[in-house]
Amino acid sequence: MSESAISSASGAAPKVSTVPEAVIRIAGNSQDGIQAIGGFLARLAGRSEQEVMTFMTIPSTISGGPSIFQVRIGSGEVLSAGDDADVLLCFYDHSYANHITSLKRGGIVLYDSDHVTPSPELAGSYHHIGVPISSLTVEAIGGTGRDKGKNIYALGLIARIFNLNSPKLTRLIEERFGGKDPKVVEDALNCFNSGYGHQVQGLLQSFEFHPGENAGHSQVVMSGNEALAFGIIAAGVRFGAGYPITPWSDIMELLRRELPKYGGTFVQTEDEIAAVSMALGASYGGRVAVTGSSGPGISLKTEALGWASMAEMPIVIIDVQRGGPSTGMPTNVEQSDLNIACFGGHGDSPRVVLGPSSVEDCFYTAIEAVNIARKYSTPVIILTDQGIATRIEAFPYPDLEKVCQDISPDLTPVAEHKPYDLSTADGITRHIAPGTRVANGKYPVVTGLEHDELGHPTGSGKLHTQMNAKRRNKLRKLAAELPAPQIYGAPEGHVLLVSWGSSRGPIEEAVKQAREHGEAVSALHIKHLNPLPNGLEQIMSGFTHVVVVELNDEGLYGNGQLATILRARYCDPRIKSVTKTDGLTWKVREILHRVLVLTK
Amino acid sequence: MSLLSEPLPRTTSTSSPVPDLADADRKALSKKDTAADHPTWCPGCGDFSVLALYYKLIEKRKIWHEKICTVAGIGCSSRFPYFVQAHGAHFIHGRALPYATGISISRPDLHVFVFGGDGDAFSIGGNHFNHTARKNVKLTYVVMDNHVYGLTKKQTSPTSPLGFKSKTDVWGSTDRPINPMKQAIAAGATFVARATATNIPHLLLQMEAAMDHDGFSFIECLSECIEFYPGAFDAANPRKGGAFNQVPADHDVTDEYAAYKLADAEGSGVFGLFYKVDRPTKNANEAKLIADTRSKLDGLADWQILKKNFDRMK
Repeated sequence: MSESAISSASGAAPKVSTVPEAVIRIAGNSQDGIQAIGGFLARLAGRSEQEVMTFMTIPSTISGGPSIFQVRIGSGEVLSAGDDADVLLCFYDHSYANHITSLKRGGIVLYDSDHVTPSPELAGSYHHIGVPISSLTVEAIGGTGRDKGKNIYALGLIARIFNLNSPKLTRLIEERFGGKDPKVVEDALNCFNSGYGHQVQGLLQSFEFHPGENAGHSQVVMSGNEALAFGIIAAGVRFGAGYPITPWSDIMELLRRELPKYGGTFVQTEDEIAAVSMALGASYGGRVAVTGSSGPGISLKTEALGWASMAEMPIVIIDVQRGGPSTGMPTNVEQSDLNIACFGGHGDSPRVVLGPSSVEDCFYTAIEAVNIARKYSTPVIILTDQGIATRIEAFPYPDLEKVCQDISPDLTPVAEHKPYDLSTADGITRHIAPGTRVANGKYPVVTGLEHDELGHPTGSGKLHTQMNAKRRNKLRKLAAELPAPQIYGAPEGHVLLVSWGSSRGPIEEAVKQAREHGEAVSALHIKHLNPLPNGLEQIMSGFTHVVVVELNDEGLYGNGQLATILRARYCDPRIKSVTKTDGLTWKVREILHRVLVLTK
Repeated sequence: MSLLSEPLPRTTSTSSPVPDLADADRKALSKKDTAADHPTWCPGCGDFSVLALYYKLIEKRKIWHEKICTVAGIGCSSRFPYFVQAHGAHFIHGRALPYATGISISRPDLHVFVFGGDGDAFSIGGNHFNHTARKNVKLTYVVMDNHVYGLTKKQTSPTSPLGFKSKTDVWGSTDRPINPMKQAIAAGATFVARATATNIPHLLLQMEAAMDHDGFSFIECLSECIEFYPGAFDAANPRKGGAFNQVPADHDVTDEYAAYKLADAEGSGVFGLFYKVDRPTKNANEAKLIADTRSKLDGLADWQILKKNFDRMK
């Protein structure tokens, strides 16, 4: 176990010490508003030009249950939410019991002494600070007998310990509760100020963060799901359809709320199949549309996805992965939908798969997905996951005027049109939208039957071969146009770690730690998962071992899903696999240990 | 990959720009202009009548090729879009209605016609039928009901009558058939009519009325499968000794219960408009939501609207 940088909490002078970063874990029940504490801390970090990353677990039961929210704030590069916490705030005995071991030795455990009885044998390992949070909250609000608001009281305590900017936090609280009954804001501020003003017994020292290094540009703070939904809007998408499923629902809720502002519509459909079908209809209408889901819904959408490949209809399908198969683990993280994203469905049905790696990447990947769908007239799947969907990060404020695009349909009449013209370079064709007059009177049909150049059915083996080649070649063309992946660390060495999706952060942090210990480890992040970009074999050839680290099962033949694809593609036995399916994101420690064992 | 929207040229080469024509300068389309592939249906199939009347409708009502969209799912009758010179889509089995909904809502300038059979509509697509009806999406849906699966060669369909002998019910079907009229009325369709492919003038009237209806307009058109269920609708055909019984002249088309009762008629039933009411369409409701929302935005550009959100997340 690592030592906490803030372990000298009970020491004497100096009174305030400066720390580069801190990991704060808040443990309670999901209805306690602990996400709100984390959200305020993340937003404050964003406004203080600091980096921030969060991690949360939520119960899949309706009535709530044990839940945590972890925030890592730092003035340098924050790549993961942190393996272990410096400060643990716990509201109940079960929070204390389940999370005390995630605290660094010497770290501070701040507990609600109204509910938590600390274990005497741990007194030497951690710095215990008990505050009767519940009763002090009731007192602060004026003795209603309810402790609603204890999360804000606890936020005040944390603000005191870390000398956080209390005017900024006050403003955030006012903004958050401003639209409601003035009494709500008043109560929240009373809770915060009481917590902030509380003389914490036993805390002889407080902390403050190094000033942020991101000075000069402002940041926005949001979750991956929010960034993805706003990216879809920035990309010019004005129609979406979906069916509720965790953890995709927040995206559809946001789009339903926001799209009308832009003249768009989001339809909640009767089922997953209707959702993809409706989005395809709208895409056919002339403007790329969006649908999305999580595992079970993606399974249901695969027949229509095959139609999109065959009909060459652009569409963006978001898959917020969760633990599978079947209903699986709805609120846990997993990266086990790569196979269905790349290959799901019957027949040869090429499609594009992109995996964003951070909250910021979610925003820009959405725009890239829409533009690939338009340019190559193809379905594009965005594979995100539960970890990134709910994670909150700060990122530089995008140049919205520049990135927002207009993709309205072009209805200018054409002389003639072949929707599946075989004579075009690279097999790329784009549809004309209905409403477009075709002067020669030959109108296109889009279809799931194998077809000729005008979209009329054919039983010709020759045409089927040519059309299969067309659908495949246009994605080979895309592969050739993709940017070469960047290596993290030196271009040659002992071990190359390969990441995809949300595992990028912890994997790069593992590389950083390994290199600090003199190990020749680098990382390669693959964002374009299907088609793969060209040139990966050259990158891999610089290393003795290539280890793909992913959150899925090693399967019948001992390799995770991306590892299997890379082995099939490159026939390279140096490609090895590290996988896990415990429903949690990678800890840096876990990665280093597993890779060390494998490459000894 | 450029993040900015790049101009994406059309991929079919066009020699010169095509002038926009004023409607007055265009000649009404004849059958010659609207017919595309020769239908693959068996000679004598009832679906030919529906297709011929679709051409007729386009000609009579002076509809331009590009102003309509023809959509279908899977089945014999669902081959329809290939036989029409108009923008068309041949989608997957049972899902033509949600696909057509996507077009209808995003492209209010088009009239969307959906054609299909009883299996597509009431079996694999049954749920979509109910929900498209209740949402009152503006489109016209003509189901060519032959009471049998034809494309897959004689299996029981959801409208096959009790006792119907098929390859999957060699002893005769024992599952109660769906009553499409009742299904449509109960689901909330706002235009529900019944016709038969053997009475051409009557069918054309229903198709015209359906097209003019602002909402989800549904026609069940009995269409005989001469291969796998010959004679199924003789009872409704005077030329085969049957009787073509029309909806009584005094029937109130806004009376849901009266319409439901009509659907219970014995034998081959009655034909005509069962039910028609005005209810706001999904299209109108969404358009109103958009107008109301945008009226509060003072004509901001899209990126400025987005900026308001982002500023709150600073």
